[in-house]
Amino acid sequence: MKKFDYLKPNTLEEALSLLNQYGDRAKMIAGGTDAIVMNRQKKISPDVFISLRGIPGLDQIEFNGIFKIGALVTHRTIEQSELIRKRFPILAGASSVLGSVQVRNVATIGGNLCTASPSAETSPSLLVYEAEAHLVSQNGERRLSLESFFVGPGENALDKKEILKGILLPSPPPNSVGAYLKLGRRKSVDLSVVNVAVLLTLDPKTGICERARIALGAVAPTPLRAKETEKILEGNLLDDGIIRKAGDCAKQECSPITDIRGSAEYRREMAGVLVEKGIRQSLVNHSRIV
Amino acid sequence: MKQTIRFKLNGDPIQIEVEPHLTLLEVLRNELELTGTKEGCGMGECGACTVLINGRAVNSCLFPIMETDGKNVITIEGLADVDGNLHPIQRSFIENGAVQCGFCTSGMILSAKALLDENPKPTEEEIRTAISGNLCRCTGYLQIIEAIKEVNKNS
Ligand SMILES: Cc1cc2nc3c(=O)[nH]c(=O)nc-3n(C[C@H](O)[C@H](O)[C@H](O)COP(=O)(O)OP(=O)(O)OC[C@H]3O[C@@H](n4cnc5c(N)ncnc54)[C@H](O)[C@@H]3O)c2cc1C
Ligand code: FES
Ligand code: FES
Repeated sequence: MKKFDYLKPNTLEEALSLLNQYGDRAKMIAGGTDAIVMNRQKKISPDVFISLRGIPGLDQIEFNGIFKIGALVTHRTIEQSELIRKRFPILAGASSVLGSVQVRNVATIGGNLCTASPSAETSPSLLVYEAEAHLVSQNGERRLSLESFFVGPGENALDKKEILKGILLPSPPPNSVGAYLKLGRRKSVDLSVVNVAVLLTLDPKTGICERARIALGAVAPTPLRAKETEKILEGNLLDDGIIRKAGDCAKQECSPITDIRGSAEYRREMAGVLVEKGIRQSLVNHSRIV
Repeated sequence: MKQTIRFKLNGDPIQIEVEPHLTLLEVLRNELELTGTKEGCGMGECGACTVLINGRAVNSCLFPIMETDGKNVITIEGLADVDGNLHPIQRSFIENGAVQCGFCTSGMILSAKALLDENPKPTEEEIRTAISGNLCRCTGYLQIIEAIKEVNKNS
């Protein structure tokens, strides 16, 4: 393997200044579970890795009117956080099935989003919660909806000299229920063939779906919101007919590819199946306010 | 250029000079000659390289050596006591026939240790989750799960 230097700044300012100084010769590293693998596969070959692990505060979960999950928070922390499990269970569920315990102990939520894999575990759940990415550079800070953060397979909207500082999560409306479903080839330590997040807000008296958020992963160049499917659900009682219609619509909203994990046809079919299953599962969880 | 790092290795503070591009696994095996930690895939998939860092199971093949600075690292060599008596998890693996070729064993035992330190009486489901990142090609998982269950059975 090519040699590289490893710099570990102690502040965000220092990290941004190193990023400016080294430009294309540098690559950021958080948990390294994508970066080290990509380096070994020669998909990247930086002269310098700039580690974000020494920057205080980036690994914190905070609530200040809005929930903020620092980019360096690990999936293990998310999976085990009482707060996240209670307030954002779809995200906790997604983090808990990413890789293995060893991977989750170091892999971060920021790294998962920045790698921008179409199948990234946490993307669908963050899309249904309408999360925003909090970005910082030497020129200041900006917030970007997660939908516009994903640009293409392996491509995100970060400027070269920008760091993802954290994810901002608005609380979902009361009376919301949801589910996260991952289809892999095996039960654990496998990337998704298709993944689906469902978040439904139901009128507690009538059971009518007031608001629906559905997101799909691994079925298009980027993780995406299935907005036509959401429209079918909103304003309706979620009976078998509507649920089936939603599943059919979700199939039309994807544009999957064929790869070693599955064919395009299989992915499309399973996206529909998982959307239906996700809705049904959410309804069973009716008593649980997300 | 080599850099100096300090960390605790199996209870003892050490200071070493390392090339910054190496992984913890490479330093353990090639420089510190602790070859109990194995390299299987080198890609985070198999768990043969599992060690504990600040008590948590981590794949040392993906762990940049520079991140070890200031940490507490436990490898399989650190489990037996000073008189060479095996750790209860090691004994349970032997007694339950959970070791064949042994290539996965160091990693399995450290994943089990991380689990049992946090949760002394885990359910079978919790054991399965804890070792889902450790592949075994010969023993079969049932004996391994049994061995982990037995460790604290009588305590
Ligand atoms: C065995 C194994 C199993 C896996 N299983 C899954 C799985 O089931 N599902 C899944 O989605 N993924 C999986 N992954 C992929 C990976 O673990 C995740 O994507 C993880 O969340 C990446 O986080 P990290 O902190 O390790 O990122 P790193 O590898 O440190 O970084 C990834 C990329 O993001 C950039 N980056 C990181 N943090 C920032 C930041 N704050 N600002 C700007 N850029 C940043 C880096 O420059 C790099 O390009 C697996 C990986 C392995 C090795
Ligand atoms: S060698 Fe590290 S996980 Fe396989
Ligand atoms: S004992 Fe041989 S791989 Fe597990």
